[in-house]
Amino acid sequence: MSAKLKDRIATGVIVAFSLLIIAILLGMLGYILVRGLSHISWDFLTSVPETIRAGGGIGPQLFNSLYLLVLTLIITIPLGIGAGIYMAEYAKGGRLTAAVRLVVEVLSSFPSIVVGLFGLLLIVNTFNFGFSVLSGALVLTIFNMPLMVRVTEQAFRNVPKEQKEAGLAMGLSHWKIITSILFPVALPAIITGTILAAGRIFGEAAALLFTAGMTTPRLDFTDWNPMSLNSPINPMRPAETLSVHIWKVNSEGIAPDAAEIAAGASAVLVLMVLIFNLLARWVGRLLYRKFTSIK
Amino acid sequence: MTDILRTENLKIYYGQNEAVKGVDLSFPENSVTALIGPSGCGKSTFLRALNRMNDEIPGSRMTGSIWINGRNINAPDTDVTVLRQSIGMVWQRPNPFYKSIYANIAFGPKYHGIKNKKQLDQIVEDSLRKAALWDEVKDRLHQSALSLSGGQQQRLCIARALSVQPKILLLDEPASALDPVSTAKIEELILQLKEQLCIVIVTHNMQQAARISGHTAYFYMGKLIEYDKTDVIFTNPSDPMTQEYISGRFG
Repeated sequence: MSAKLKDRIATGVIVAFSLLIIAILLGMLGYILVRGLSHISWDFLTSVPETIRAGGGIGPQLFNSLYLLVLTLIITIPLGIGAGIYMAEYAKGGRLTAAVRLVVEVLSSFPSIVVGLFGLLLIVNTFNFGFSVLSGALVLTIFNMPLMVRVTEQAFRNVPKEQKEAGLAMGLSHWKIITSILFPVALPAIITGTILAAGRIFGEAAALLFTAGMTTPRLDFTDWNPMSLNSPINPMRPAETLSVHIWKVNSEGIAPDAAEIAAGASAVLVLMVLIFNLLARWVGRLLYRKFTSIK
Repeated sequence: MTDILRTENLKIYYGQNEAVKGVDLSFPENSVTALIGPSGCGKSTFLRALNRMNDEIPGSRMTGSIWINGRNINAPDTDVTVLRQSIGMVWQRPNPFYKSIYANIAFGPKYHGIKNKKQLDQIVEDSLRKAALWDEVKDRLHQSALSLSGGQQQRLCIARALSVQPKILLLDEPASALDPVSTAKIEELILQLKEQLCIVIVTHNMQQAARISGHTAYFYMGKLIEYDKTDVIFTNPSDPMTQEYISGRFG
């Protein structure tokens, strides 16, 4: 077989694989959107679910998913970036570093149902946080920590070492070099990591069943006191997220339009992930431009 | 001419390996001194020792003394961040920060406490003028430094080093990654800057050393083989090893 023929076959196979992946993706996305989009209306997005009658919405679940996202990111981002910077900039190649890296890797391969049960035993019961947004956020943090740490470490390591040298030779402190020189260059990769983490937050259901719970109190959107039980921003209240709701409606929903609700909610979930993705990239690009003046 | 910088029996080790083996050298102010020698002869390691940059390499050690203005800076109580502010450094590959042209220059002065916008503007302009870059970039100070050509980036790095008004400028093969036109500009710049600074330059380019330096030091295997006025080194070296190296028969 000539080299040219081999090259053609290899190219063909690679292109075919890529097309297959794109087709699967578009197929799934199309299926979800075609089935769900027709069911999405303002009323569907804002009203509360109905148990027996048709016409229930997903308002609280939508809010819960967003709130859980924000709360989780508030915990995950500082911890993940901090640990990532430590691994990239401060850790010496000793035993502690090796141990931290091992733990991070093992954590990232944990089944979510196991982490969920762990959360139930430790966070919900022992710490007595109950089924709450906070418990859910803490469990999701356990998931996302490895990703954030790894992404941040890689992002910092990938900054050309000449950048750091220039900073050192100017007499900058290590901290100043990290914040003013390395971080802006590492930012786009960190944003990508955050988007991946957010995708998991939106999509996770198994671990949240045991931690954030499967119910939502009647939310009063005029009450913004975080201590009151019906306040949407009370972190100690149970919160069924969109993913959990989809699972619940699908497996035990008895409303006559359960299938439509699940389809609509799925479409909303997909769109939310998409919107968050675009938004995060946009904000990331703005920040990157501001820091680096790169057009 | 007085010596602003002097090393005394300077030895540098990487682990067990002695990379620089006891070098005594003096650098007068307002002058250019070239360090030449084959790759691996220790000249870059020696250069990096002068602002204690080797401290950042795990396993490196340094003995002997480095005198700057009568103070030995190879002492444990030396604050290297303060030391490095008085010594500028430029590398082979241009390494501007991922920031605007303006921010690259203003970064150092700002960090060292100058907050006044007018004063910063003035420093940026002065530094860029000194580095012969002002006319080329004055209309796009707020564009990314990475949009400049390689030669311009290198002059920007020199301007950045000058922005904190160092007394000493260390250049590690500053033109070896540049085209001949940019190289000529850098050399011209070095000749101008020597009126105010003590410049130490590592170079592999013999002609460059001959063109711009007043003194030349020839290194081989971590030892200083010969040090003299540049025209003496290049016309009548006393050591046969230097003779062989500069005539291109070896190295």
